[in-house]
Amino acid sequence: MNLHEYQSKRVFAHYGIPIPEGEVATTPAEAQAVAEQLGGPVVVKSQVLVGGRGKAGGIKLAGTPEEANARAEEILGMDIKGLTVQQVLIDPAADIQSEIYLGAVLDRAKRRVVLMASSEGGVEIEQVAAETPEKIITVAVHPYLGLRDYQARYLAEGINLPKEYTRQFIKIAKGLYQAYMESDASLAEINPLVITGSGELLAVDGKIGLDDSALFRHPDLEAMRDTAAEDESEIEARENDLTYIHLDGEIGCMVNGAGLAMATMDIVKFYGGEPANFLDIGGGAKADRVAAALRIILSDERVKAVLINIFGGITRCDEVARGVLEAIDTLDVKVPFVIRLVGTNEEEGRRIIAEANLPTATSLAEAAQKAVAAAKGETL
Amino acid sequence: MSILVDNDTRLIVQGITGREGAFHAEQMIEYGTNVVAGVTPGKGGEWAVGNTPVFDTVAEAVEATGANASIIYVPARFAPDAVIEAADAGVDLVICITEGVPALDMVKVRAYLDTLGTRLIGPNCPGLITPGEAKVGIMPGHIHTPGNVGLVSRSGTLTYEVVYALTARGIGQSTAVGIGGDPIIGTTFLDVLQLFEDDPATEQVVLIGEIGGTDEQKAADFIANHMTKPVTAFIAGQTAPPGRRMGHAGAIISGGEGTAAEKMAALKAAGADVARHPDEIAEIVAGKV
Repeated sequence: MNLHEYQSKRVFAHYGIPIPEGEVATTPAEAQAVAEQLGGPVVVKSQVLVGGRGKAGGIKLAGTPEEANARAEEILGMDIKGLTVQQVLIDPAADIQSEIYLGAVLDRAKRRVVLMASSEGGVEIEQVAAETPEKIITVAVHPYLGLRDYQARYLAEGINLPKEYTRQFIKIAKGLYQAYMESDASLAEINPLVITGSGELLAVDGKIGLDDSALFRHPDLEAMRDTAAEDESEIEARENDLTYIHLDGEIGCMVNGAGLAMATMDIVKFYGGEPANFLDIGGGAKADRVAAALRIILSDERVKAVLINIFGGITRCDEVARGVLEAIDTLDVKVPFVIRLVGTNEEEGRRIIAEANLPTATSLAEAAQKAVAAAKGETL
Repeated sequence: MSILVDNDTRLIVQGITGREGAFHAEQMIEYGTNVVAGVTPGKGGEWAVGNTPVFDTVAEAVEATGANASIIYVPARFAPDAVIEAADAGVDLVICITEGVPALDMVKVRAYLDTLGTRLIGPNCPGLITPGEAKVGIMPGHIHTPGNVGLVSRSGTLTYEVVYALTARGIGQSTAVGIGGDPIIGTTFLDVLQLFEDDPATEQVVLIGEIGGTDEQKAADFIANHMTKPVTAFIAGQTAPPGRRMGHAGAIISGGEGTAAEKMAALKAAGADVARHPDEIAEIVAGKV
């Protein structure tokens, strides 16, 4: 789960990181009121969970409250990479002297949280990593020691931060590390962290990604979830403990296990088809979860065939078969199914499927080939 | 021979009175695994799954039974504690099946285990099996058959798929190890490749990877420089769109690091045979028997 910019910055502020004193608005009139209260020029920033908002025209400067109203009018309702802007953040326009980057992320190879800093603020860190990797300075933090002052100093020196800002920088770096750990983040970045004309460091933009596995102990952060910004099918999937990702192909895939689900998509593609989704029903799925999965797959109008590939370990093939029939009974199914059930209780599962006269397959290759053929309208 | 588990494995099941723990304890016993004890705090003195004694703590279970391995089926929020408890009780091999353990908890757990030298497999993994000797995990036992192919994988059901295809061709397995798909895990590809390289019963190895991270690239380096046994590899996620998370926390492509194409190229360059789709794996392995 990702937090919006304004939510991320509020978390940062809680850990002593200075942020602009802006407010969120959902209408142009509200935007104008916020701008009046702040006084002076403001920035109107779309709050959507995608990168590249600026380039898409989702961030604009406004000199007066009336201009803030007009800019908010333009930005609210705008479509940015498929997401509709429903709220804008009105921040006082910062007097920016220079921009740096500061981020925290989990380094899988080092098995440590690392802090990264770069003198190239305001651009995506991935771009800096690709073009000028020497400009990224990192320190790895031992989980029992936490970020030490000297490590933060290494970062400051590594990016040639003028010495008069070192103390502020150390405080911000430690705040960011603490925010990361205490929120169970997977990513926390301040980009840019700016040096203002009045000699202050200020977190002008920020982003926090959270570890979904740890949300159970952060009800306050979970409450910040913006369901309006999510794909409806992905919400329904989450409520049913399914992992669903919508893609652009024509073959709906229902599989148990993430690795097998990806491998199934790969083999569909290998035989000339395009997967319509990634869908993992997880371990031990009962009939109702299987039915929910099919409902989600079939709600995608581009789906021309459905491939079900189950390798039962803790998942029982007979439960899956019952779920498939339950879904077919309750839904208006217009597309062909190809079903492959192997593993725990496979005989019973296959018997249920055979009685319903649905096409089955033994090997994964056969299943994929049949699904690709079915999607092209060939009779099985 | 085999690696990590065999007839000498004396196993504790942590969480044996829970739904998952009880079910899989029974399955493991049925397979022939030597399950010597269960642990559930507050239920010490009871019996579970037939005649398995239950203890309140792992330390007591080890003391009473001489257990040398422990498998964990407790909910995610209790799993880090369960792993540390097993390590503190002196268990050398700890297998954590539990899915959804917070990544930052695992950073701390792993840092602690490294100071003790405890080997952890997982979390979020299917466990491991030495066919005909010990099944320590949740995989369906009957699809396996004893033999000389060692398997190591980040994925559960995909491994079953490959094992099933191997067995169907009459090709047996020495040990199959599911290392788990989380960002921070206890045992990596490198560890298991080294064990297979040193195991006289393993003649060739199958490595099943996924998009995300760089563990497969490191495995490729190891294969190129330290492996004499032939390796067949497959990487799941060739069609996964960049930047989207595919279930496993590990299956993330970020910043051009960890794509299937990069990993396949690295493995190929290291001399491994790389399968294009899962059904091809058994075919390639069969050609090398």
